[in-house]
Amino acid sequence: MLRLENICFSAEGENGVKDILKNISLELDNGFAVITGPNGSGKSTLAKIIAGIIKPTSGKIYLDGEDITDLSVTERAQKGVSFAFQQPVRFKGITVHDLISLASGKEITVAQACDYLSQVGLCARDYVNREINASLSGGELKRIEIATVLARSTKVSVFDEPEAGIDLWSFNNLIKVFEKMHQTLGGLILIISHQERILNIADKVIVVSEGSVKNIGKKDEILPDLLGTASLGCKVLTDSLEG
Amino acid sequence: MDNKELELLKIIADMEGTPSGAYNIRANGKAFDRKVTENVDIKSKTDKAGIDIIIKAGTKGEKVHIPVIISESGHEEMVYNDFYIGDGADVEIVAGCGIHNCGSGNSRHDGIHTFYVGKNARVLYTEKHYGDGDGTGGKVMNPATVIHVAEGGYMEMETTQIKGIDSTIRNSTAVLGDNATLIIKEKIMTHKDQLAKTNFVVDMNGNGCSANLISRSVAKGNSKQVFVSKINGNNKCTGHSECDAIIMDNAQVSAIPEVTANHIDASLIHEAAIGKIAGEQLIKLMTLGLTEEQAEEQIVNGFLK
Repeated sequence: MLRLENICFSAEGENGVKDILKNISLELDNGFAVITGPNGSGKSTLAKIIAGIIKPTSGKIYLDGEDITDLSVTERAQKGVSFAFQQPVRFKGITVHDLISLASGKEITVAQACDYLSQVGLCARDYVNREINASLSGGELKRIEIATVLARSTKVSVFDEPEAGIDLWSFNNLIKVFEKMHQTLGGLILIISHQERILNIADKVIVVSEGSVKNIGKKDEILPDLLGTASLGCKVLTDSLEG
Repeated sequence: MDNKELELLKIIADMEGTPSGAYNIRANGKAFDRKVTENVDIKSKTDKAGIDIIIKAGTKGEKVHIPVIISESGHEEMVYNDFYIGDGADVEIVAGCGIHNCGSGNSRHDGIHTFYVGKNARVLYTEKHYGDGDGTGGKVMNPATVIHVAEGGYMEMETTQIKGIDSTIRNSTAVLGDNATLIIKEKIMTHKDQLAKTNFVVDMNGNGCSANLISRSVAKGNSKQVFVSKINGNNKCTGHSECDAIIMDNAQVSAIPEVTANHIDASLIHEAAIGKIAGEQLIKLMTLGLTEEQAEEQIVNGFLK
């Protein structure tokens, strides 16, 4: 249902133009897909291109057969694309309840907002009227961010490293949240992650390295190759040190 | 009262129908209606325009409304209101001024509100300033507030100017006694060619007194805002001032905090931050399906809430 066709993205860097994504083509059906790969491989860029936050240099994106490449962030959101930021944004004066209401697209009751917060492991009553400001910790913000995507319950949900900044206890619950979403939502859940336990529950694992798709498959098929990629990284480093 | 005037009353003083406590409604320069209670007396001044509000010592839980409205284009006035809050009282005072100007003359309300907060008394004072009307005449308000808080007294002032005032200079001065507390929360939004100046001067004279001045503002269009806060720590005290502004379009905002410690145990902090709406805040709300304009509106409304 989500199809990426020859996506390229280049950006001006310190050493001239750098190709961050090189000709990425992917077909993602409903289900649970995880994109993994080394740091700096272009995973987050790819997620932002799907949400419309970054425009690809070339290539096309199709949602249910419709070309959405030129649609804005807002238009894509309205068509059913949700995005959870790796580093959630703070807002002075906007409460958790306000944000979850905005996410769900309608005025929701405190009880409904609390339900979403409980799902991400926050004691709802303590949080629902808190402002999304500097008084919240990174982990708390991260969970609220995930709750906004739950509240939207759209056909495509993209999470950029949801595990980053979340403690181990919450991480167990996070896995449950994704499993439950997977069962009830019926759409595409696409997660950028390094966590083996998230890879474990994926229908499909996509390995991105140096801006290209290196492998796609089930976790068991992918994992040996993943380790191979890591040792390759070491070899390059060793070579450059020796050279 | 016509519908426009009733609407102004609702906006500036949350008044619908007759309030339960004491009140004084001033409309176009005249006392329109007044009610006093056993504990709250309101008297017209004899030497100048304005009223004295006298609250008996020990009065608890009463709410006093003193709204002012101007609906005649070209009406200009200077009003003196004095509030005497008796020792140990605990009350809420709702003031506010609304101007509806659909004519070409300038409408102006200048008011000096002087508070004498008695020993261990508590007062929550709210004032809202609002203007509307499509005439070319200016809507001008220059509220001055003079605050004296006696030993152990507490005053919290919330002052809001959300819309439609073309020009305002707001001077607030306060003198605090031993263990007195002052909290001022200001919210301002300006647009078009409006000007808003705020001057706070607080003399922290009492041992153990504290003051917290918080200003949040949004400046749009070609409007201009100036925020000046001076805190003088003359005794053992804690003082804090904070100015947080969102700037948009071609607006200008100046924040000029000044803290002076004249005593070894005076602890004073000032903070000031001015900036546009962060791009990532807009993008986050757009990923929830809001347009850029809707996102901006949510961010501004939240900031001033």
